[in-house]
Amino acid sequence: MADKMNWEQRLSPAVNAIAPSGIRKFFDIAAQMDDVISLGVGEPDFVTPWSIRESCVYGLEQGYTSYTANRGMPELRQEIVNLFKRRYNTGYDANTDVLVTVGVSEALDIAMRAILAPGDEVLIPEPCYVSYQACTILAGGVPVAVPAKIENEFRITPEELEQYVTDKTKVLLIGYPNNPTGAIMTRKDLEAVADFAEKHDLIVISDEIYGDLTYGDEEHVCFSSLPRMKDRTILLNGFSKAYAMTGWRIGYALGNPEVIAAMTKIHQYTMLCAPITAQVAAVEALRHGEKYMKKMVAEYDRRRRLIYDGLTKMGLECFEPKGAFYIFPSIKSTGYTSDEFAEKLLTAEHVALVPGSAFGQCGEGHVRCSYATAIDKISEALNRIENFLKNHRK
Amino acid sequence: MFISGNYAIIYECVNVLSPRPVQDEDFLYESLQRAERGYSMRELLELLEHDARRPVGELASMLKLSEYEVEKNIKDLEKNKIILSYNTLINWEKFGDDTVTAIIEINLTPQREVGFDAIAERIYRFDEVRTVYLMSGSFDLLVIIEGKSLNDVANFVATRLATIEGVTATRSHFMLKPYKKDGVIINDEERDRRLVVSP
Repeated sequence: MADKMNWEQRLSPAVNAIAPSGIRKFFDIAAQMDDVISLGVGEPDFVTPWSIRESCVYGLEQGYTSYTANRGMPELRQEIVNLFKRRYNTGYDANTDVLVTVGVSEALDIAMRAILAPGDEVLIPEPCYVSYQACTILAGGVPVAVPAKIENEFRITPEELEQYVTDKTKVLLIGYPNNPTGAIMTRKDLEAVADFAEKHDLIVISDEIYGDLTYGDEEHVCFSSLPRMKDRTILLNGFSKAYAMTGWRIGYALGNPEVIAAMTKIHQYTMLCAPITAQVAAVEALRHGEKYMKKMVAEYDRRRRLIYDGLTKMGLECFEPKGAFYIFPSIKSTGYTSDEFAEKLLTAEHVALVPGSAFGQCGEGHVRCSYATAIDKISEALNRIENFLKNHRK
Repeated sequence: MFISGNYAIIYECVNVLSPRPVQDEDFLYESLQRAERGYSMRELLELLEHDARRPVGELASMLKLSEYEVEKNIKDLEKNKIILSYNTLINWEKFGDDTVTAIIEINLTPQREVGFDAIAERIYRFDEVRTVYLMSGSFDLLVIIEGKSLNDVANFVATRLATIEGVTATRSHFMLKPYKKDGVIINDEERDRRLVVSP
């Protein structure tokens, strides 16, 4: 017997099929620089509002250290249901329609595992969040990328979706406001997609983690609040972005009682429950956190206008993002690939951002800049990018 | 064109807020849209309140205005005394200065016609007096004084404040340590702990 196993041959084919995240390389280079300005961070720069943190500390003092119900604390589920009633006038039942998860990441994973059979196809508009493809593959499904176009501000249309739908298509997975593009879908856009989903009888998984972060005149439209969409939609949301609670790992899924029960089955055997400390904090966020959230959103909005103006003025083509905290300029005019651009910018000017190709093939030619960064840092980063553009062109 | 409702009020607002008087409907419409989106004077004030040193170009980008418009708006706000002054919050202790801050409760006998205002004015005109509030409750004025030493402050209270006609009692409290001032935490140790790049 050999000392070492051949692990590569023994790993699951599904895991081997997944490419490692393209972001890692930049992380390693950037971590060695001390004056790096990072526009590459996919999380708020704010610390969780104090009232939320304080309620967690108080909860610990009061002995909130146990398991909770698999589905999550009843009071948290009730607050979530209240929120959807209040904001979108969508009625969910706290006992049957809600599952509290360890972030949207877990919710997405178990939603996929609950519904996909081997070979089922999932339509995924790209560019999109990095885990959509991976979660589909791990659940035995086949991801089908549907490229969105910059001319259309990265919104997706039924005509585009029609080109990729087959008789194996089971799920449409959408994420708006979008990471990495900052695109949103208006009510009209979503209604067209809803008709498409109905026509092909698809399950819609709608990841609305950035739903609270929209700017300007457009209010976020919750997909399940559209006529006839509630039953076919698995709605995913959480606290990470709006309440600056990324590290707490807390999210939730809303949907039809049967699919929520199926997801709960996986959740109870793999996760048991989301951490009680985070659930206590999440209750406080929903009860008293809105004013802090609004303040943060107003601040993102100012930064958004600053970075949009700055990038546009230096001649990089981009559309004005209306949601999340990302802007997705085209760097095609420089002659570099997005990977080369990101690497050269990091080495030459110490500004970190993420190549668009990390979010799907059609993200090539773009880079993602996060403006969840203090204004003076954004200003300095803009100066450095401008300097880079002057000195580096292929 | 959607103008209706509180037309007169909106018209008035736009006239006050905009650098150009309203000449045509298009401009009014544009300004209204801008006001609706919240790119307003309030936002300018909020930005300046937190950092008065922001470059005008940066403000203009954030407010979607021209630099000229931003400067004009600031001048108007200054003229109307909505912006009173631009201060810098300094940790003098860290710089090496030892100052003494005292919070003094003062009881007054109000005067006919003017109430507390005349005595308040006599007090707030002293340079040593940093802050004066009229209060409800068991005393009338709350006065914050800064001096070079304990003696300095005690002397000022005894010889200048307590002797003013109408002042019936004073109680002085000396500040030992500031933790937070005007919304700013003095020794804030919180820092960015995020990874440099994340999805």
